[in-house]
Amino acid sequence: MFAYIVRRVAYAIPILIGVNLLTFYLFFVVNSPDDMARLHLGVKRVTPEAIDKWKVERGYDKPLLYNEAVSGSAKLTHTIFFEKSVKLFAFDFGHSDDGRDISHDIQQRMKPSLAIAIPTLLVGLLINITFAMLMAFFRGTYVDVSGVILCVVLMSISAMFYIIGGQFLLGKLLRLMPISGYDTGLDAFKFLVLPVVIGAVSGIGAGSRMYRSFFLEEANKDFVRTARAKGLKESLVLFRHVLKNAMIPIVTGVVVVLPMLFLGSLLLESFFAIPGLGSYTIDAINRQDFAIVRAMVFLGSVLYILGLILVDMAYTVVDPRVRLS
Amino acid sequence: MKAGTTPDIMARHAVSHPQDDSERRPRLPRPLQGTGVSLTGKPHSLRAQLNRVPQAFLLAALLAVSACSDEPWNRPYPTAEARENILYTSFQERPNHLDPVQSYSSNEVAFTAQIYEPPLQYHYLKRPYELIPLAATGVPEPYFLDAEGRRIDAGAAAQDIVYSIYDIHIQPGIRYQPHPAFARNAQGNYRYYPLDEQALEDIYTLGDFTETGSRELVAADYVYQIKRLAHPRLHSPILGLMSDYIVGLADYVDTLKQAASAMPDQGFLDLRDYPLEGVTVIDRYTYQIRIHGKYPQLLYWLAMPFFSPVPWEADRFHSQPGMKERNITLDWYPVGTGPYMLTVNNPNRQMVMVRNPNFHGETYPAEGEPGDAASGLLADAGKPLPFIDKVIYSLEKEDIPYWNKFLQGYYDTSGISSDSFDQAISVGASGEVALTDAMLGKGIELRTAVSTSIYYTGFNMLDPVVGGLGEKARKLRQAIAIAVDFEEYISIFLNGRGIPAQGVIPPGIFGFVEGDAGINSYVYDTSPRGPVRKPIEEARRLLAEAGYPEGRDIETGKPLVLYFDTTATGPDDKARLDWLHKQFAKLDIQLVVRGTDYNRFQEKMLKGTAQIFQWGWNADYPDPENFMFLLYGPQGKVEHNGENAANYRNAEFDQLFVQMKNMDNGPQRQAIIDRMMRIARHDAPWLWGFHPKQFSLAHAWYRNAKPNLMANNALKYRRIDPGQRAGLQAAWNRPVRWPIALLLGLVLLVVLPAFFSYRNRQRRPAYVAEH
Repeated sequence: MFAYIVRRVAYAIPILIGVNLLTFYLFFVVNSPDDMARLHLGVKRVTPEAIDKWKVERGYDKPLLYNEAVSGSAKLTHTIFFEKSVKLFAFDFGHSDDGRDISHDIQQRMKPSLAIAIPTLLVGLLINITFAMLMAFFRGTYVDVSGVILCVVLMSISAMFYIIGGQFLLGKLLRLMPISGYDTGLDAFKFLVLPVVIGAVSGIGAGSRMYRSFFLEEANKDFVRTARAKGLKESLVLFRHVLKNAMIPIVTGVVVVLPMLFLGSLLLESFFAIPGLGSYTIDAINRQDFAIVRAMVFLGSVLYILGLILVDMAYTVVDPRVRLS
Repeated sequence: MKAGTTPDIMARHAVSHPQDDSERRPRLPRPLQGTGVSLTGKPHSLRAQLNRVPQAFLLAALLAVSACSDEPWNRPYPTAEARENILYTSFQERPNHLDPVQSYSSNEVAFTAQIYEPPLQYHYLKRPYELIPLAATGVPEPYFLDAEGRRIDAGAAAQDIVYSIYDIHIQPGIRYQPHPAFARNAQGNYRYYPLDEQALEDIYTLGDFTETGSRELVAADYVYQIKRLAHPRLHSPILGLMSDYIVGLADYVDTLKQAASAMPDQGFLDLRDYPLEGVTVIDRYTYQIRIHGKYPQLLYWLAMPFFSPVPWEADRFHSQPGMKERNITLDWYPVGTGPYMLTVNNPNRQMVMVRNPNFHGETYPAEGEPGDAASGLLADAGKPLPFIDKVIYSLEKEDIPYWNKFLQGYYDTSGISSDSFDQAISVGASGEVALTDAMLGKGIELRTAVSTSIYYTGFNMLDPVVGGLGEKARKLRQAIAIAVDFEEYISIFLNGRGIPAQGVIPPGIFGFVEGDAGINSYVYDTSPRGPVRKPIEEARRLLAEAGYPEGRDIETGKPLVLYFDTTATGPDDKARLDWLHKQFAKLDIQLVVRGTDYNRFQEKMLKGTAQIFQWGWNADYPDPENFMFLLYGPQGKVEHNGENAANYRNAEFDQLFVQMKNMDNGPQRQAIIDRMMRIARHDAPWLWGFHPKQFSLAHAWYRNAKPNLMANNALKYRRIDPGQRAGLQAAWNRPVRWPIALLLGLVLLVVLPAFFSYRNRQRRPAYVAEH
């Protein structure tokens, strides 16, 4: 397995270079260094001299990809792309274009993101698995049909509605919890309840329906029939055989998103004023802060690749038949 | 203070929205969690667990319903602070710069103006806006010198005045806020200078420095800050402007550039070693600014943070190695003498300002406008400032949660977004606005003020079709000016929150003329009911005279197609663009909207390839020069990268501008402004658009809130009644508990039948299952 992981990590390097190049290209197609300078310096009383000075200070005065003014390898290394990208591979994110330490910002913002994402994931999983098992157990009955209809209804509602509706109902109308905000330590609890509830509820429709299909697929297999035939109680059949086998796709599905939890949720964080990483990238795009954009895209790519590797490893854990080679 | 292309005047009030504490929440029914965990974790004990489910739910319901406390559960602040004199407010976007040399945007000045004290400030209550001393002992009276350095009379012709001299005396005894840059050890040496990287190991914020110190404010600190405008590592937006006026500042840029190039990247550039010709220290409490020619507007600049004092110790302290890497910079931790100091700067969540213990003291004004006394604005006359102990700014990105929290009493003031307008304001049959019963029932008060800003639609005067001063293009512009009905726009899109502009100068600024005399006679007719837009037939006549009868070019017969460049391309903007289409269609002109992103739009404006566009301007200071210069030829955007976005150039207008800009307010200046306005209205480089009207709401416990569109340091005048606030918050936010029981009941209603059904299945004999 070790060799496999090493190989996957090695494969990741060209992927990361490609992602970085693509990010760089897309960013600078839309924004020129002059645009970036203008936005950072403000829309009023900005002189061309100030723009030039800003670019020189941040290294945006160089050519994007190829520097004809120099010779040798400097043609490639004395460029914005090289200078801004190469340190990323050492996870040195540097400073944002307005001088903030990006690594520090990420560390700070990661905690609130995780504070929402982890409980939302766990609570969501719990509800979805329970609900899906209930539907699978009562398949074909009113519970199953009603459950499926409810799932379809829940899936059809937009995330925005859940958020605004949840804030209105629980925060404003019933006044049970703060509408938005965030605090640290234990005081964060009251602020996290509502986004976690909303995050979990909004995922019930799609999650439960998908898990139900996993359970039904397993429930119709021969080994389940055999288990029943040998007289096992239905609860044992369900939990020992159906659930255990259905957990393979569930666990792998969860593992793949685990690293992405660090990146937070844009909508939830924005509406609940939670200072996570979700809005960090979007804010950076709006502010044309390339340093943050490239760092976050790079981090996202790394985490995604990490997620895929973890999935492969998880397969070997949950299904002993799988071997990585 | 800001220019923009999207006139979003409905943005929430950016001032301050205090709120209150809350009790720490009663726990929500925990058994929900416990049950779930056991369900998945221990399937073998399922029956035992399931048997306990109803009890758990019942217990939770009982707990929830029996939680008898009347304290709000939804209070977003700590309970302990419930009755403290804290103002709770918000920020939507973190400020980019808190260094006074760079902070310019309103969301930046909202902080720096409370912390830094420039020599002057605006009187809080008096109108028209009046400058009064802040750190200075008085408003400086300049004296003037001719080319030979002789004093000449203030009434001398502008061309004879070669220098204006401002001697500024500051009050003795003013001290800086406590700050580690001033801290000294027992030997009298600076405690935190010099520091090496190792000493900063456990330092992450300014608060991690345990020792602080202070010192007296001296005139040299003001001089130091003016020199910082030219600092090669800083970007002052007013450097270009001030270099034209402050003697020697333009050369000083080069001097400092050379000095900086000879030292390490982040090394301390001690500006005290580099004299600036036009700015000198006279004595400990006096400094002098020498400017070229006459520039009365300098006094307004002296009321802005750009001209605040900065102690050299702070500059040196922050330039030490490792500081910038830790985000400990003057741009992030201001050091001032004002009523407040920034103690927490976490722009991801919260920024906190507390009362500066070293504040020199100031009292609430005893005079104001007529009517101020009656409205209670003079009740605090003579009382020491500031009234509020602490201000907590929380990140609040979205308007909807903000508005709802305002209604719950957790923010003290709010603007009114379009979504909330009907909820807050009722408009009478004759257009008068009033608060709705729901707002009145909460004791909310409405305050309105016409902004000292303008949102206009400009024609690119370099464009071959709509531009130029020729008769054809002028009549085309005049025709469009009549057709585009801004009264309708204000009514539909701004809920009446604006007044149609008759010219470039908004109300409240010298030069604005009220009544019939101030009407744009090229667009409006006078009537007893006020100005009435000219009939569309008049516009059609002008259009025909311009060579486009019925919207077709008389020479080619082709329809007239005009292009509107905008960044407003979202779904929310569609209605506005449709409306604009309709306005041009009145004249059978085809309007093509060229939607673009902000960067491309800026590029088009810089290159002069846009044809028609929308733009805005907020006043820097209450002087007509700050608006008239938007039409001044040498400010043309294409040629000079200036603020004249329409690239309008009229020789007579430009000449009058030069004459007017340095004059004192009076009949002579008014006459010149009137003449300039006649020229501009005739040439019609803009559709004059509208001046937005600010509507702000404030709760009953929020006092001394008078809109002051010039003073950014108004926080010190605000007062709140924390007791009243806490009481009303508690009354408005009693939790509604019965839905919890209802929800639990519903869950039981679903779960119990399923549970019994499950149990029946388990107990059913196998052969029954076969059937």
